[in-house]
Amino acid sequence: MIPFLKNALISGTPLVFAVLGTMYNEKAGNLNLGIEGLMLLGAVAGFQMAIITENPLLALLFAMIFGALGALIYAFLTVTLRANQSVTGLALTIFGTGLSRFWGKRLMGMVLSETFRSYFRPISVPFLTKIPILGPILSIFVEQDIFVYLSYLAVILSGIYLYHTRFGLNLRAVGENAAAADASGINVTLYKYIHILIGGALCGLGGAYLSLVYVPSWQDNITSGRGWIAIALVIFTSWNPYRAFWGAALFGGLDIIGFRIQTLNLPIAINQQFLRMLPYIATLLVIIVGSIRKTSNHMAPKDLGNPYLREER
Amino acid sequence: MRKRRILCLVIIACSIIMMLSGCNTQNGGKQEKLKVGFIYIGTAGDAGYTQAHDKGRLYAQEKLGDKVELIYQENVSDTDDSCVPVIHSMIEQGCKVIFTNSYGYMDYTYDMAQEYPDVTFLHCSGSKSSDNMLNYFGRIYQARYLAGIVAGMKTETNKIGYVGAHPIPEVIRGINAFTLGVRSVNPDAVVEVVWTSTWYDPALEKSAAVSLLDKDCDVIAQHQDTTGPQTAAAERGKWCIGYNFDTRDVTPDSYMTAPIWNWGPYYADQIQKVLDGTWKSENYWGGMEDDIVQLAPLTKNAPEGAQAKVDEMKEKIISGEFKIFEGPIKDQNGEIRVPAGTVMTDEELLGFSWFVEGVNGVIPEN
Repeated sequence: MIPFLKNALISGTPLVFAVLGTMYNEKAGNLNLGIEGLMLLGAVAGFQMAIITENPLLALLFAMIFGALGALIYAFLTVTLRANQSVTGLALTIFGTGLSRFWGKRLMGMVLSETFRSYFRPISVPFLTKIPILGPILSIFVEQDIFVYLSYLAVILSGIYLYHTRFGLNLRAVGENAAAADASGINVTLYKYIHILIGGALCGLGGAYLSLVYVPSWQDNITSGRGWIAIALVIFTSWNPYRAFWGAALFGGLDIIGFRIQTLNLPIAINQQFLRMLPYIATLLVIIVGSIRKTSNHMAPKDLGNPYLREER
Repeated sequence: MRKRRILCLVIIACSIIMMLSGCNTQNGGKQEKLKVGFIYIGTAGDAGYTQAHDKGRLYAQEKLGDKVELIYQENVSDTDDSCVPVIHSMIEQGCKVIFTNSYGYMDYTYDMAQEYPDVTFLHCSGSKSSDNMLNYFGRIYQARYLAGIVAGMKTETNKIGYVGAHPIPEVIRGINAFTLGVRSVNPDAVVEVVWTSTWYDPALEKSAAVSLLDKDCDVIAQHQDTTGPQTAAAERGKWCIGYNFDTRDVTPDSYMTAPIWNWGPYYADQIQKVLDGTWKSENYWGGMEDDIVQLAPLTKNAPEGAQAKVDEMKEKIISGEFKIFEGPIKDQNGEIRVPAGTVMTDEELLGFSWFVEGVNGVIPEN
């Protein structure tokens, strides 16, 4: 059970970053369907930098920069030019997939050096795992690689930022009602730009986890649809970063639980495809339940998907 | 507002210029060359299934030189009709021979073969053929049997993990041959199977291997098109067997060998026959005797004595002295499914739907 839960967290880690990235986009009122593309951009850029410099910090930075650059295209089109957000996002996914494929062609078959990979070996936090009884349970969380710890940090910082700072409050105002936010003196365009870029950088990190740590090599379409799961997950966890963390672990676990069930050698076989369908069914149920109960604090930001045009106030 | 409009126009103009400059104008040219098109399910550099085919294409190009021009299109989905426009466009560009390399292209390739009777079609891994279309594949299970010998001699826990793609006869046949190979040298060992229901998802396939390693398997084999399972084995300091392509550089301290494809000679031969006008629609299922499937050279990680045993069995397979699916073969319940003295026919092999004794796993019903 413990190894399974540990792996569920690992499997959920790219999702944590991607779902936080999606959340920043949506909190700023922008529905970004380009998450998959942004993750792939980050994955390929990070891998390229890791090959050139063998420096983990530069690799992560590069992944974030390229995630953010992809998001900049999206921000320019949807915020400045007010293009349709869904279409722009879809185009971004296609663009990111294509560019990563083109770029990654020369990276195929390349191997990251032992030194580079050693930076991402699991590190266990001293003492915590030694506590009797609690130790093994804690080891799920504190015997992980540095990226997983980074995901805890990202979740906590996002939580503090969104709910306990003035900027977070302003951001939520922009997403709920851009016109009102504008009237109260918030620079709507600037807020949208900054948070779409932050979101892109986080998605890039999520992709980089796959290419640098988990797989670790460049393979075409390395994300295999995890960007889409993130978009579903943000709804499933109702735009809350703490829930997003648990949701990502849950979806990550669902992704791999099938193998654990299969190795039990039960007389009946559970279809792997059926298990992989569950995250989407769960998301649908959350949407249905949410719309029946109409609980406002669980619903999407009200201005989600609407371009903001000052003249139309 | 005006500024923005100008900006938009500039961007549009720039992108049109970029698109136009991207088009190359190499149409026309010499007519006497035979043009051949290859349609691939994956990328030519995937270190897996498609790269094996592309290596074959490059081999044929080198062998036949100036007489032919071999072009390809990669990443063509085989779950819908995406290959149809590709075939149309290849024929429009002058292709007289078309290779399609994945199972799902079968029906579309067949339809196209009816539509273009003067074009030659070769389809990999299917079962349909006509006057101008044949199907071809290799008996990769023979190489898997040899890989099983290596795994069986290596394992210390007597548990070998096998990451399977989809529960179809091709994969089941491979697992069975592998298991028979394992048990021929180590009757106590079992092969644990998990299914991913994917051909290509590096991260997920690695997770599948991790679940096998957590269950004490110390050798990981695979029927997948990525190196995900091999990475999982390497990270735990265990051993792995690849597939499709020799991937020794990816996990140098863990990789032992891999059943691999060698399409080059077959491709060169078929294209030569078209050039000579002697091509006939003959379905082909070649094995080690034709050198179309091979076991990649064993690395330093392979157990001692494995090379000798593999060489011995390889000889016997090639000479026909040894048949892998010759009875008595028992199924998972210990019942004899192939009585002593009989050999499974190709039809039976192509429809394999049960596991042999020694496999721990379930074939999901569809």
